[in-house]
Amino acid sequence: MARIALEHVDKVYANGYVAARDLSLEAADGEFLVLVGPSGSGKSTVLRLMAGLEQVTSGIIRIGERDVTDLPPQQRDIAMVFQNYALYPHMTVRDNLGFGLSIRKQPAAMIKERVRSVSASLGLDALLDRKPAQLSGGQRQRVALGRAIVREPLAFLFDEPLSNLDAQLRVETRVELARLHRQLGATMVYVTHDQSEALTLGDRIAVLRDGALQQVASPMELYARPANRFVAGFIGSPAMNFLDGVLRTKEGDPGGGSNVIFEGSGVTIEVPCDAPAGSKVVLGLRPQHLEVVPDTEGTIRAEVVVVEPMGNEQIVYTLLEAQRLVAVAPPELSIVPGAMVSLRVKRDAGHIFDAESGIRLGSRAT
Amino acid sequence: MTFRWGRWLFGAVLVALVLFTLFPFYWAIVASLTPDAALFREPSLWPRTIILDHYRALFDERDFLTPIRNSLVVAGTTTAFCLMVGTLAAYAMARLEFRGKAAIMAFILAVTMFPQISIVSPLYLLLRSMHLIDTYPGLIMPYMTFAMPLTVWILTGSIRQIPRDLEDAAHVDGASRRQSFTKILLPLAVPSLATTAILTFIYCWNEFLFALSFTLGPERQTVPVAIALFRGQYQVPWGQILAAAVVATAPVAAMVLVFQRRIVQGLTAGAVKG
Repeated sequence: MARIALEHVDKVYANGYVAARDLSLEAADGEFLVLVGPSGSGKSTVLRLMAGLEQVTSGIIRIGERDVTDLPPQQRDIAMVFQNYALYPHMTVRDNLGFGLSIRKQPAAMIKERVRSVSASLGLDALLDRKPAQLSGGQRQRVALGRAIVREPLAFLFDEPLSNLDAQLRVETRVELARLHRQLGATMVYVTHDQSEALTLGDRIAVLRDGALQQVASPMELYARPANRFVAGFIGSPAMNFLDGVLRTKEGDPGGGSNVIFEGSGVTIEVPCDAPAGSKVVLGLRPQHLEVVPDTEGTIRAEVVVVEPMGNEQIVYTLLEAQRLVAVAPPELSIVPGAMVSLRVKRDAGHIFDAESGIRLGSRAT
Repeated sequence: MTFRWGRWLFGAVLVALVLFTLFPFYWAIVASLTPDAALFREPSLWPRTIILDHYRALFDERDFLTPIRNSLVVAGTTTAFCLMVGTLAAYAMARLEFRGKAAIMAFILAVTMFPQISIVSPLYLLLRSMHLIDTYPGLIMPYMTFAMPLTVWILTGSIRQIPRDLEDAAHVDGASRRQSFTKILLPLAVPSLATTAILTFIYCWNEFLFALSFTLGPERQTVPVAIALFRGQYQVPWGQILAAAVVATAPVAAMVLVFQRRIVQGLTAGAVKG
């Protein structure tokens, strides 16, 4: 097993499209690193750069301590699982599993033994003599996984491997993947646009946008302390609310304290931030941190537009001074579209971002 | 009710089409088995007296084996060359990025646009100066100029259809470019290789103008030329001509039957989702 590191990697396509700019990123040995980002953010390109299927424009790629920047994929000893599985259609499952070993001229007995053990652990024994066309989507997915595992590579790369599965199978395979990672202790880099996959699987998550790294952190850190407005909006469901406003000092506070008042868009709350008063900022509020409360306790009055019952909770879409504000309420509360509700922000729940750059403005205390 | 009528009508049209297509072949076989005298006196849809005289004459009197051998050599070699070179060219066209690709593709196609008749004389002069008149290469090379573009175009199209991820997967699995070509791409391209082979072979097998112009005597004449030259000054030996036609059709029909299964098989099914 080995770490994978990108050092100041740029990738510019011939047509001028920039897929990665000055990207430095490392998946530590044995780590499960997830790359997330919207489509076109360059996350799949990063994976293909690691695999050697694309060449960097500049920068260095290391696997272990070896510089593999100029090595073709076949010399990097990594395995990749493709979004569409990419099983070899003219070969049986057995031959698909053994391909990577037989092409490296491994002894037949060893190939047989490895294929046997992998097929047993993935429940593929009954399918070994079938062709990919005769398999269901879930079975193909497992064969693709098996083909990667059989080789015992230095690291695994996954390119949205679950996106072609139906919802139930996706959750099952996700659990299976987590189990595999624990069992193999292998370095894994996993690309997805699905944040629930990212949050549940990743030891750390790297958020990409337009080929630039936004933040790398553990799932909890990413959720609790997003580095900028983009990450804040991308991670978390329903998405974070954003309100424009300015900061001012607290009454009786000489200034320079760790808490200031955010004011704007019909909201006035105290936020943990030490940016100077007068700064133009954006307040980020997670729907989970907005409570629906009796009128006397609320600080925000907004009009309910739509209510989505989710069983364990309901998502309340409201309008506040023509801006959308989403809140999550307990299921037993009766909320009617068209009515006014009072909302209260949980303590210290606000995230403050610079209005211009979108960068998080924290406080010295935290 | 309308549904049933529709099916009836469909069936009737189908039968009519099959009859229309097959009748010439049927008639050629019947006529090739009927004595010349009977053929003109009382033509009949069913062979009354079956004789093999025409076939016998074909091989005893006319040495029809020579043109068959010539055709097999010329068509076979052309097909083999076209597939070898065409597959590599098509791979480059479909998978590699290089400058002027579109122009090259257009140029390849443009080669086939010349009317054959307009290049016969220059080609003749060219071949004569190279001392290739009345030789196998003298036919194979001109055939390749016409068959190769077809090969390249068909194969480029079909290689493009093969998901690129398969080769990527092979590379990551440890295959070199050549290995991914021979172990992944080629097996998957077999159906279209077979189709192309058949088309090229049939084209060369049936070609007449070049074969007539660039051969001098019976030693190098191909089947179509030989058959055309059956007719004498005073008589047309229809029985023998049709017998020759039947014999000439047989290898092509056999080849199509052999490859048919390969062509029909959707080999890429199940490779990727979709």
